[in-house]
Amino acid sequence: MDLFEYQGKQYFARFGIPVSPGGVADTVEEAVAQAEAVGYPVVVKAQVQVGGRGKAGGIKLADNAAEVRFHAGSILGMNIKGHIVKRLWIERASDIEQEYYASFTLDRTAKLYLGMLSAKGGVDIEQVAAEDPDAIARLHVNPLDGLAEDACRDWVARAKLDPRANEGVVNILMKLYRCFVEGDADLVEINPLILTPDGRVHALDAKVTLDDSAARNHPEWDAFRGLEQLDERESLARSKGLQYVGLDGDVGIIANGAGLAMSTCDTVNQVGGKPANFLDIGGGASADVVTSALEVINTDPNVKVIFINIFGGVTRCDEVARGIIEATRRVQLRSPLIIRLDGTNAREGHAILAENASDRLIIAPTMLEAANRAVAIAAGG
Amino acid sequence: MAIFVNEQTKVVVQGLTGRQGSYYGLRNRAYGTQVVAGTNPQKAGADVEGIPIFASVADAVQATGANASFVIVPAAVAADAILEAAEAGVPFIVCVTEHIPMHTQAAVFNRLKRDFPHTRLLGPNCSGILSPGKCNIGFTPAEVSMPGPVGIVSRSGTLAYQSIFELTQKGIGQSTCVGIGGDPVPGTNFIDCLAAFEADPETKGVIMIGEIGGAEEERAADFIQHEMTKPVVAYIAGVTAPPGKRMGHAGAIISGSKGTAKAKMEALEKAGARVALNPTQLGDLMQEALAG
Repeated sequence: MDLFEYQGKQYFARFGIPVSPGGVADTVEEAVAQAEAVGYPVVVKAQVQVGGRGKAGGIKLADNAAEVRFHAGSILGMNIKGHIVKRLWIERASDIEQEYYASFTLDRTAKLYLGMLSAKGGVDIEQVAAEDPDAIARLHVNPLDGLAEDACRDWVARAKLDPRANEGVVNILMKLYRCFVEGDADLVEINPLILTPDGRVHALDAKVTLDDSAARNHPEWDAFRGLEQLDERESLARSKGLQYVGLDGDVGIIANGAGLAMSTCDTVNQVGGKPANFLDIGGGASADVVTSALEVINTDPNVKVIFINIFGGVTRCDEVARGIIEATRRVQLRSPLIIRLDGTNAREGHAILAENASDRLIIAPTMLEAANRAVAIAAGG
Repeated sequence: MAIFVNEQTKVVVQGLTGRQGSYYGLRNRAYGTQVVAGTNPQKAGADVEGIPIFASVADAVQATGANASFVIVPAAVAADAILEAAEAGVPFIVCVTEHIPMHTQAAVFNRLKRDFPHTRLLGPNCSGILSPGKCNIGFTPAEVSMPGPVGIVSRSGTLAYQSIFELTQKGIGQSTCVGIGGDPVPGTNFIDCLAAFEADPETKGVIMIGEIGGAEEERAADFIQHEMTKPVVAYIAGVTAPPGKRMGHAGAIISGSKGTAKAKMEALEKAGARVALNPTQLGDLMQEALAG
C-alpha cells in the first residue's frame, strides 16, 4: 500500500523523524483553518500518489488566508495525471538551504537492504542515478546486522553533504531505518530532505510503501485505508477479495494465477486488442469466485467481451466448467464470454461447456485462438 | 537425473496435519513421492493416512531419514518452520506459504546464507518442484507432465503448468519443473536453476518463464550468454502491465524504468535465448531448439 504524503509524514513522526507542522484539509475552509493553526507562510500541497505534483501546479506557497483560499480552491479537484485531488496537506513553509535525497529499500539482487543518500535531492532520483551515479552514496545493510551508527556516519560522510547537516542526517537515517524495518515498509523515501539556514535537517516530503503481507501485524494501518485511490471496479474487486487491476481497454479478462492473468492481458494485446483489466482468481476457480469476478467485470461499461482463461491443475477442468456455467446463471452478463480451458480433465470440461455453448458462450481451443476471437468481438466483428 | 530432487528424495511435510497440508501432502504421495513424515508438536505419535507425525523436524529426520521438507504452514509461523528444517539438517526446503512479510523473507534468506550455506530454500510463495515420474513437492499438477529432456524454471505457477502442458502435447517430456515463486526474496533464483540444468546430463533444453519486476531475468540473461551451452527458450509475462501497479505477485511491479517486460525480453534475446511472445510459442520454440 502506497501512503499519501501526509500519511507518510504521520508514519515518519511515529519514529521520531522531524517533519513540518501541518494538517489535512478536504475543503477550502478547512485549508484556511489549518493554515491559521500552523502560522504563515504555509505550503498548500495536493495529496495525490503521482510524481510531478509541483510542476502540475499542485504545490503553492501562501502568505495569508486569501492566498490559501485561492490556491486551495484551484488545487482541490485538479486533475494531476489522471489523479483528482480530493485532499490537501497544509504545512508551515520551510526555508531551504540544501535539498538532499534519502531512502531505504530492498536490493532484490543482493538480497540486502539498500540505503541511498544524495546531495542532489529535490529532483527525480532516477534521473540522478542515470546521469550522475556517483552523486548517490549507497550502503548495503544485512538485515541480520541492522544499521550500526558508525556505518551510518561513514555513509553520510561519503555523500559529501554540507558538514552542518551531517549530525542531523545521521540521526534521521537511523530513525528512517527503524521506520523501514519495524514499520514493515517496502520503501521509505525522503525527497527532499532539507537543511535550513539555521542548520536544522528535516523531511519535507515522505514516500512510504507499506508491505501488504505485513498488514496482519499492523492494525494501525487500517487508518490509512479507505482513502486509497482505487477506481470503482478496483474497490468492488477488493471487497470480494479478488486480485484486480483496472486497465483502459475493452476485453475483460479472468484468469487463474497471477502469471497466467498477466500473460492473458499480453496475448490480447499481441493480437491487437486492449485488456480492460488484470484479474487473478487464484488457483481454485470455484463457482463463487467466478461469479464474483464476472460481477466486477460486468460493472465496467467499456467491456465488450470477457475472456476467461483457465488452466486446470489441481482444480480439474470439469469442476471449473461447472463453476463457469453456474456463475453465468447467477450473473446477468452484458457481454459474451470466450472461454479457454486447458489442463487436467480438459476434455470433460469442454463437454460440459459445449452443452451450454451459444453466441454468448464461445469455447476456444487455445489461448491464442481465444484472444483472437475476443478481440474480433470487441472490434464489433 | 533431475535437479534438486529425485526418486530418493524423502519428504517431511511441515503442516501435514492442516487442511492444505494434508491435501497436497497426500496428493504428492499418491503421485509416488516418498512422503515419509509430518510434523506437529501437539500431535506427535499420530499419523495422517499412515504417514507418521513427529514433534519436530529433527525427530522426523532421525526416524525417517527425510532429506527434503515441504513447508505448508501459515505465514506467521513459516519463517520459524524454515529455520527449524535448516537446523535439523534438511538440505532442501520447499516453502509454498504466501504473504510472508518482505523483511522476514530477507532475514530468513540471510540467516540461511550465513548459518546454513548448504541448505537450499525454494520459495516462499512458490508452486513447488516436480520431476516427472520421480518426485513432486507442492502444487504442480503432475497429471499433465511426462518425463523427458526439458527443464522448466518459472516465477509463476500457472505459467509453469501451462508450459508443461504445451510440451507434453507435443510429446516433449520434462526433466524437472521448478517454481521459484513471485516474492521479492526467493531462496532459489533463475541462475541457481539454470546452472543446475546446465549440469544435469538428462536436461537438453531449458524453458525460463519470468515476469515484470526486479532484475533477476536480466541477470539470468547474462548467465545464459556466458555460462550456458544448452538452448534456452524464454517467456516474460507482463508486457501490458502499467508502471506502479502490482500484478498479483508481490514481486511483480514495475518501479521507475526498471523491471519492464520489454527490457527483459531484449536482454534475453541478446543473450541468445529464443523468446516466445505467448505461452503456446514456448512449445513450438523448444521443439525447434531440440531439433537442432
